[in-house]
Amino acid sequence: MSNIPTELKYRKSHEWVRDEGDGTVTVGISDHAQQALGDLVFVEIPEVGRELSAGEACAVVESVKAASDVYSPVSGAVTAANDALAGSPEIVNQDPYGAGWIARIRLSDPAELDGLLAASQYEEVVKAAED
Amino acid sequence: MPFIPHTEADVAEMLAAIGVSSIDELFDEIPAALRSRTLAGIPPALTEMEIGRLMQERAELDGRPLVFVGAGAYDHHVPAAVWQIVTRGEFYSAYTPYQAEASQGTLQVVYEFQTMMASLTGMPVANASLYDGASALAEACLMAVRAHRRSKSARILMPGTVNPVYAAVTHAIAGNQNLAIEVIDWHRDTGLTVADGFKAWSGQDVTAVVIQQPNFFGLFEDVDAITNWAHDNGALVIAVVNPTSLALLKPPGEWGRDGVDIVVGEGQPLGVPLSSGGPYFGFMTSRMEHVRQMPGRIVGRTLDLDGKPGFTLTLQAREQHIRRTKATSNICTNQGLLVTAATIYMSLLGAAGLERVAAASQQRTRELVDALTALPGVRLRFPGARFHEAVLELDAPVRPVLEALGARNIIGGYELSQHYPELGNTLLVCATETRTPADIAAYAKALADVLQNARAA
Repeated sequence: MSNIPTELKYRKSHEWVRDEGDGTVTVGISDHAQQALGDLVFVEIPEVGRELSAGEACAVVESVKAASDVYSPVSGAVTAANDALAGSPEIVNQDPYGAGWIARIRLSDPAELDGLLAASQYEEVVKAAED
Repeated sequence: MPFIPHTEADVAEMLAAIGVSSIDELFDEIPAALRSRTLAGIPPALTEMEIGRLMQERAELDGRPLVFVGAGAYDHHVPAAVWQIVTRGEFYSAYTPYQAEASQGTLQVVYEFQTMMASLTGMPVANASLYDGASALAEACLMAVRAHRRSKSARILMPGTVNPVYAAVTHAIAGNQNLAIEVIDWHRDTGLTVADGFKAWSGQDVTAVVIQQPNFFGLFEDVDAITNWAHDNGALVIAVVNPTSLALLKPPGEWGRDGVDIVVGEGQPLGVPLSSGGPYFGFMTSRMEHVRQMPGRIVGRTLDLDGKPGFTLTLQAREQHIRRTKATSNICTNQGLLVTAATIYMSLLGAAGLERVAAASQQRTRELVDALTALPGVRLRFPGARFHEAVLELDAPVRPVLEALGARNIIGGYELSQHYPELGNTLLVCATETRTPADIAAYAKALADVLQNARAA
């Protein structure tokens, strides 16, 4: 069973969101997602300054078997992207909720956070996927 | 196993299993108006003996002309061993095998090919080939737009001295994918790209600059200055090159301060015979940082579980069988047979042999230009340094001259006014190492006669 921290919010396409409390959020992919993809060999991170809409493809995580889009859970401008992933994509496998973060986004509509899944709801999504 | 695997009994069994009475009923949801009917205009079938005779007669109509045309496809000598080896059963397939790793020999050939192309162009990585040089340029433009994420314009600067067929194919393939292809003018006296044509775009968002070396007229562009201008302006550089010329010229990986970003070209000069325009093959090499945006197949060398070296398709995760509509390209294959020929050709010649081919072609073209420009009514149109092609200006319309030469079994060159009306009566000529001094003398004699007749008329 994968690790699903309770303090985070989730999107059903397996992204997590951490509310930093200053109008920004940090986004990454879940432990379940990194396990399902297998060893990552490349991560394409979004450009800083890019304006994203919720649900828009904003990054690509590539393993030896597939390249998958990462969808932005919220709308807003990218304020930072994790450059360390360019040389070391395996950080996402090792620490998906910490050093393996993908982007930081300044929320243009904080109310969108309410529409995301709580850890318990996301756990149901993962259970369904694993069945 | 028969070539068509389904017998009538098989078909009947399958139809019965799904409860359909006939093939027609299987497709009855397709409106009658949309169905293909019997093909009109197809003559009755011939026997093998009859069709063999017909094709032989048609082939003889081609004659065996002396070829003095290049313009993107070149009549080089192909050692007999090349196609003798290519047509061995172990190699003789046009496709990359779908269970690729089962065919280690095929993969090794492609790997060696990639290594040779990377070395020839001075770039770190090559793909397994594309359909031809023209579509390779279109793919390179699309690749540049994907790779250059800071550039939002998708603007490609394309000099008018790039092979006009390549430019047209690039428009056809990439033009509908929101690329803005801007033509950079060329100088009517020199045949070279106008440097100021680039400067007009200074400070604007340009995604990539295309440079062909030698250009379509056979002339040498100032590739160092253009590469540096492009990089100074935040644009990527796509080089279009003739592989034979790279035996003598500085590789694109060393142009300017940093080298170019993507290199493409037509591989036909490397062991592929002229054949009514194809099949040929395109090649593509790149900087390592752009490899994930490179279309097509890439073969890598790795170690198996027992630590033994082996070959494998790599970086497949972005191809269409995995990535669907978001694939880097719809190219999921390569020109395997022609790549095999090119690999054997380059292996047989070696670096020194390819250099001799290039130098001999250059020398023959110089002799050709000297012989033809000694005739009244023929002059060299552009004075600059060039590689194995030259633009000649005649004092008579080119098309009738070419037709009269054709009647004497000489293909005299390429009529430039079909793409460049402003060039008037000009002819692009080429001689490779296969043209002897006697061939050149025969051409000069024929051209002298034809031009004299034209003046008399």
